[in-house]
Amino acid sequence: MAKDDTSTLPTFRTRGLTKVYGEGAAAVHALRGVDLTIPKGEMVVLLGPSGSGKSTLLNIIGGLDRASDGDAFFQDQNLSEMNDRALTLYRRDHVGFVFQFYNLMPSLTARENVELVTEIADDPMEVEEALRLVGLGERMDHFPAQMSGGEQQRVAIARAIAKNPTVLFCDEPTGALDSTTGRQVLHVINDINRKLGATVMIVTHAAATAQMAHRVIHFADGAIREVVENDTRLSPDEIHW
Amino acid sequence: MTRASARMRFIGDVMRALDQKLLRDLWRIKGQAGAIALVVAVGVLLLVMMSGMISSLEETRTTYYERYRLADVFAPVTRAPKKMLDRLAEIPGVDAVEGRIQGGALVDIARQDLPVRAQVVSLPEWREPRLNGVYLAEGQMPQAGRNDEVLILRSFAKAHDLALGDRLAATMHGNRRDFRVVGIAQAPEFLFNVPAGEFVPDDNRFAVLWMNEEALEAAFDLKGAFNEALLSLERGAQVEPVLTAVDALLARYGGLGAYGVADQMSNRFLSEEIKGLNATSKAVPPIFMGVAAFLLYIVISRMVQAEREQIGLIKAFGYTDVEVALHYVKLVIVIALAGALLGCLGGVWSGRLLAGVYQSLYHFPFLVFRVEPSSFAAGILVSVLAAIVGGASVLRRVFALTPAVAMRPPAPADFSRSGAISNSLKRWLDQPSRMVLRRVMRNPGRVFGAVIGIAAGMGLSSAQLSVMSGFNDVLDKTYGVVDRSDVAVTFFEQMPEKTAFDLAHLPGVIEVEPTRAVSAVLRHGPEHYRGGITGLVPGAKLSRALDKEGADIEMPTRGIVLAKALADILKVQPGGTITVEVLEGRRPVLELHVARIADTLLGAPAYMQLEALNTAMNEPGRISGAYMRVDAAAYPALFAALKDVPKVAGVTRKDDARAAMKKLMDAGAGTMRFVMAAIAGIITFGIVYNSARISFGEQSRDLASLRVMGFSQSEASFILLGELALVVMLAIPVGVLIGYGLSFLVAAGFSTDLYQIPTEFKADAYGVAGLAVVLAALVSGWLVKREIGRVDLVATLKTRE
Repeated sequence: MAKDDTSTLPTFRTRGLTKVYGEGAAAVHALRGVDLTIPKGEMVVLLGPSGSGKSTLLNIIGGLDRASDGDAFFQDQNLSEMNDRALTLYRRDHVGFVFQFYNLMPSLTARENVELVTEIADDPMEVEEALRLVGLGERMDHFPAQMSGGEQQRVAIARAIAKNPTVLFCDEPTGALDSTTGRQVLHVINDINRKLGATVMIVTHAAATAQMAHRVIHFADGAIREVVENDTRLSPDEIHW
Repeated sequence: MTRASARMRFIGDVMRALDQKLLRDLWRIKGQAGAIALVVAVGVLLLVMMSGMISSLEETRTTYYERYRLADVFAPVTRAPKKMLDRLAEIPGVDAVEGRIQGGALVDIARQDLPVRAQVVSLPEWREPRLNGVYLAEGQMPQAGRNDEVLILRSFAKAHDLALGDRLAATMHGNRRDFRVVGIAQAPEFLFNVPAGEFVPDDNRFAVLWMNEEALEAAFDLKGAFNEALLSLERGAQVEPVLTAVDALLARYGGLGAYGVADQMSNRFLSEEIKGLNATSKAVPPIFMGVAAFLLYIVISRMVQAEREQIGLIKAFGYTDVEVALHYVKLVIVIALAGALLGCLGGVWSGRLLAGVYQSLYHFPFLVFRVEPSSFAAGILVSVLAAIVGGASVLRRVFALTPAVAMRPPAPADFSRSGAISNSLKRWLDQPSRMVLRRVMRNPGRVFGAVIGIAAGMGLSSAQLSVMSGFNDVLDKTYGVVDRSDVAVTFFEQMPEKTAFDLAHLPGVIEVEPTRAVSAVLRHGPEHYRGGITGLVPGAKLSRALDKEGADIEMPTRGIVLAKALADILKVQPGGTITVEVLEGRRPVLELHVARIADTLLGAPAYMQLEALNTAMNEPGRISGAYMRVDAAAYPALFAALKDVPKVAGVTRKDDARAAMKKLMDAGAGTMRFVMAAIAGIITFGIVYNSARISFGEQSRDLASLRVMGFSQSEASFILLGELALVVMLAIPVGVLIGYGLSFLVAAGFSTDLYQIPTEFKADAYGVAGLAVVLAALVSGWLVKREIGRVDLVATLKTRE
């Protein structure tokens, strides 16, 4: 998949995206026909209570899950039509993920955790550069067990960005962190959006985070309730938790 | 309700809840529990089957021997007057004595070109034999005065479709007589019917004819005499002094040396078999139990690790350590008991099958497979023991967990201490390979256990298979290299050398090589062996003695050449001197120096130059048989001609001997290969599948992360299956080493003076066992990989361990 010749297209477009878990009376409608456009290079925050569908949307456009109905386009490619192999390649080449619980490989050092990705990516950045971007140039040869939660999360971010992703997904990236560390992590995410031009999508419960986004999407009951475009964005330092 | 009873009820409720959990846990880990139970089951199956088989064989043998009064001592003699029987009966410790006439005969069956060498045995008229009775399967005993009536051995009758009323001709001592079959019989002295000089039973070529004493007195010219005394001993009497006394009494009548029932051929084969079963039943099941204990250990460790929060919670409710520990102990015991139960049932079932095989191989009139209750108890006990050993170390961890500690999530696994990989090695390893390597380095004990377990299973199989293939070598070497003749002829008594030239003129005979066999007792220091000496002509080409390299040993003009097995029994080296008490002719006692050691796999022969032997016997120019090379097309004409040559005691066609052995080998080989491969396979499956499941449990988050990062399912599986591939790759060479070492033990266990099993590296044996290991590993890997495909990526990543 080429990364260049689609520069004017929005990163994501969804049409009538629906996700139903289970069948019959036990069926749960996680998404009820979501129509959405995410322009290239934006930072987007998805807000909403638990079970409102924001994570489900993230999983589907992140290539981790499949929609029950509707289309989800990444640039000009319809993710709904991709098989497992194509989805794997999509994730490998275009997508970076950051999760609440870091999910580092405990048996690999910080550097090796990042190398895990650069070894299979098309056009990765230098491992050292990725770790420097998250402010961990010094602790590259430490194992996860030797790092604090914030450090581990920054390694996870370095790992996610080292492939030069087109889009970075963060699911509750500061959920397990204290406010100071959480702020550091948001700084890093902000920088990446700015310096690398990657589209960033953050799912969070922390409404304050929305103030640093270009666009805030409010979810409720599996549907988009409201989309707000911020005229002015705050830096992570200005956000009050 | 008192407080105490309320507390009891509370505990009772919670215990029930725990038992519920036990059942659910079992169901959840059913694959792993099943694999472990299978390993336990095979161990118990082998234990129950073999110990059952041993006790069934021993009991049947004892009952059969007692019911038909098998003698304790056999004393062959050339010709002794019947009054000597009274003298024999006076020997202290002797309970009963019987004299009988036995000898060789050639049985001519109309449908068969080759006469069959038979043993004829006399039956007293008017009464039952006091010793060595017969079991009459069909028909009746020969009637007194009816000297043309015979009983024949049942297996021989079956092999040749002989029925009551059929007629057959037998040549004894050169006289041909016609007989009528009046009865079909079995006897405890003919359980395992091996033609002389061979070691595979052949019902086709092993015949026994019982007839009236009077008929044999006439045939062998032994009126008023006997040529074999049978003695039974009083309970607790020693055999050796009786043998000495018997030999002293019978020496002047041409006593050929008395021997105990332990040396009786058929009984010896059976004893060797029981000995082999005994050794196997002690050596093999412990391997399975050890593997089962190891598997239970790793499975329960993992379970306690994964359930630490639950354990903490249960303890916080007020459960004692013992109650919680008991829950896990129950789990391992349930698995072990399920395996043991399956093993007991399987043991009885396979034991019954095996008993059928034994009954047809050893001709018992009855053989009931019966397992002593103690065997079941032993099987269940060792299973439970294995379970407790496997579970014990886990209990320590349960005890150590305080509720507060248990409720906190475990710290991430720390690889900083065990993870050092040198930079030079790093260059060769990508990250997934480093993950595999670091996990291995972090859990060396677990990897070691898995490697040793698989290697032990593979070693066991390959050793057995390699010994089996060693049997084939005996066949090839004995019939292809050592003995290059087509037909061997033996005479009733010593014949002049010119008889060999007469044989050369028979139809189809290309080459004749005379030989002479004399029976003798060979002694060296305190060791002795009852065997014989074979005289070979210089430059013998058809039947030879070969050295270790397979080169001909030229017979020295003086001295004796011993087979390796015989030299081992006598504990003598080349250059040593042995005493040979010849049991024939003028019965010379010779002092002979051991010139060379021959590498013979069949029997324990001793060789001399024919002329030197004759000189020592003071009987120049005598032979007792001949080896012949024959044009195969002329077989019918040759055998027809041989039927008319007087003094021929036996004619053996080598192809028959070889075919009998081949048949036995082929019949057993397929099953054996399958069973042995199954043993290696089941152990490997148990270990690989369980290790894989546990790795999977421990690394499911890592696997999900890899998948999310864009690793394909196969790439992600590598970190799981790579470890197992490494274990299997390490286990195979270790298994080969263990197998090679074991094969010496097994071969030594199987080898007797009757035959020796060579121990060589048998690539095919290791190949079959290794293949079973690889296949079992692939199947387990595939099963686990299938589960990786089912992982819910999102759910795994969003929960904390």
